Amino acid sequence: MSTLESRSRLTDEGAQEMTDRPVEGGVEVLRELGAVLRMSEADAQAAAGSETTDGETTIINMGPQHPSTHGVLRLMLELDGETVLRTKPVIGYLHTGMEKTGEQLTYLQGPTNATRMDYASPLFTELVFSMATEALLGVEVPPRAVWIRMLMTEINRISSHLLFLATNGMDLGAVSMMLYGWREREETLRFLEKVTGLRMNHNYIRPGGVAADLPDGWRDDVLRLMDMLPPRLEEYDILMTGQPIWRERLQGVGVITTEEAIALGATGPILRSTGYAWDLRRDMPYLAYDQVDFDVVVGTYGDCFDRYAIRLNEVRESIRIILQILDRMPPGDYRLQDKKVTPPPRARIDESMEALIHHFKIFTEGFKVPEGDVYVAIESPRGELGCYLVSDGSSKPYRMRIRGPSFFNLQCLPHMMRGGLIADAVAVISSVDPIMGEVDR
Amino acid sequence: MADARETESRVAPPEPEPELGPELLHGAPVTTARGQRVAHPGRDQLVDLVRTLRGEGWIACLDVTAVDHLKNLGDRPRPEGVRPERFEVVVVLLSHRERARLRLVVQVPEDDPVLPSLFAVHPGTEAAEREVFDMFGIRFDGHPDLTRILMPEDWIGHPLRKDFAVGRIPVEFKATADAR
Repeated sequence: MSTLESRSRLTDEGAQEMTDRPVEGGVEVLRELGAVLRMSEADAQAAAGSETTDGETTIINMGPQHPSTHGVLRLMLELDGETVLRTKPVIGYLHTGMEKTGEQLTYLQGPTNATRMDYASPLFTELVFSMATEALLGVEVPPRAVWIRMLMTEINRISSHLLFLATNGMDLGAVSMMLYGWREREETLRFLEKVTGLRMNHNYIRPGGVAADLPDGWRDDVLRLMDMLPPRLEEYDILMTGQPIWRERLQGVGVITTEEAIALGATGPILRSTGYAWDLRRDMPYLAYDQVDFDVVVGTYGDCFDRYAIRLNEVRESIRIILQILDRMPPGDYRLQDKKVTPPPRARIDESMEALIHHFKIFTEGFKVPEGDVYVAIESPRGELGCYLVSDGSSKPYRMRIRGPSFFNLQCLPHMMRGGLIADAVAVISSVDPIMGEVDR
Repeated sequence: MADARETESRVAPPEPEPELGPELLHGAPVTTARGQRVAHPGRDQLVDLVRTLRGEGWIACLDVTAVDHLKNLGDRPRPEGVRPERFEVVVVLLSHRERARLRLVVQVPEDDPVLPSLFAVHPGTEAAEREVFDMFGIRFDGHPDLTRILMPEDWIGHPLRKDFAVGRIPVEFKATADAR
């Protein structure tokens, strides 16, 4: 801490003193440390041109075209030599106005838009949008649809965490891990493709249920996947977890405390890595998570290694959940049979005029949703994924707000990086696992 | 044979407006919407209320967002004493202990879109408040860095306002002479 304090005097914030603070004073810590670089573009450009002398800090720019910034994240870093003092994440490069677009699409078209936000775990955004719509409608989806949703999202969680393991390995130079991660992820995507027709951006979970029933032979496919994964995870353990270089690179890097994480609105693996067991699947169950048995994986130190280990072990917990789903998948409808919300079965259209009319009405003008507003949240691979929907009684959302967990998790970056080396910045970004599609929407 | 399953719609009618009883949360009227608790503090009450609630276990502020009610001004059901304004800022709080969420809805008038910032209580609202400023033009007093976050710095207008038109790309169809 002493080096950090001496360095902080070099910044333009002046000398800082630590004071006694209450237990919940994570807020005060954040303010005193001042890890966030709040500087306009113009100031940064002016600073970039000037010569630096001894004792002065340098501001450098990382991204948005940097291979280790997971898409188009840009960081402004204030450095003292190789030490990071303050950081400012700059986002917005992938902003396409999806919340505005959501106001122009009907509730049935909504998942098509929402699925493109978090492109590594698209089924979760579809799910939260559909659940919010159903909460506004006041309808219950049939049990089979609930369990299909659980099965699909858990498989999606596995594929998302495998993507993290792959990119995390790549960022830190473990390129073989990248190849293994992509290889296994491809297997899970193959199953998702078989069910939904697409590798990503599935548009499979829709208000009222899911788009189609599981195809023949799905059980064998899932079992094959679940047989294939555990030994591969063991391989990852051998390759990475116990490996001294990997541990040296991650342990004690990017540390964050529970108070800081909560104060910054961080959720998911980042919050759990600090030892705080909070998982919406267990603590505020949705779908049928109260009927399956699984453990919430938590870390101890809140460092990059904990976040890596949590995600690796969450894959194992997902496998546990999926095996229980296989045993308990109920028969029945895969979507609500409600002529006002879901299209009629294909066969009915040939024989029933009424069914044809309803089919036409649903796909042209959509269904009307009673007035009101609702906030629904689920546990995505990155944390609390929330959807705030406001309806004015028409067939399009009056306001659609998606609370992307990455958007808030990114705020942890300056606090994780402060006092660390510039070379560790890549490890920290990677461990936060931001998906820029969801950050910028 | 008619399929019994597709005869009746099960879409529930909107719930009857809840009794706007005397329930108050530190002076802010509380309503229930779709089973979720919503408090309606005034602009001046907001920060104090959030700070008091943080002491009572609502330690996580998960989201700050806004709604532009330009198109349905006035006829929104709101508790007595709360005058509907054009903008509504929505704050989502979470209590890990009670395993519950609480929504705070603040009315912000169009001619004076300013709200005290929650940054001093929950620093995690920094990015969310910047987004609300960017998208709705609502300013937050006491925010450390109130600049645009998603749109370019030189952008004019606030895209999620209802009077901001959706972009349009003219499409030419060869078969039709006139644009539709």
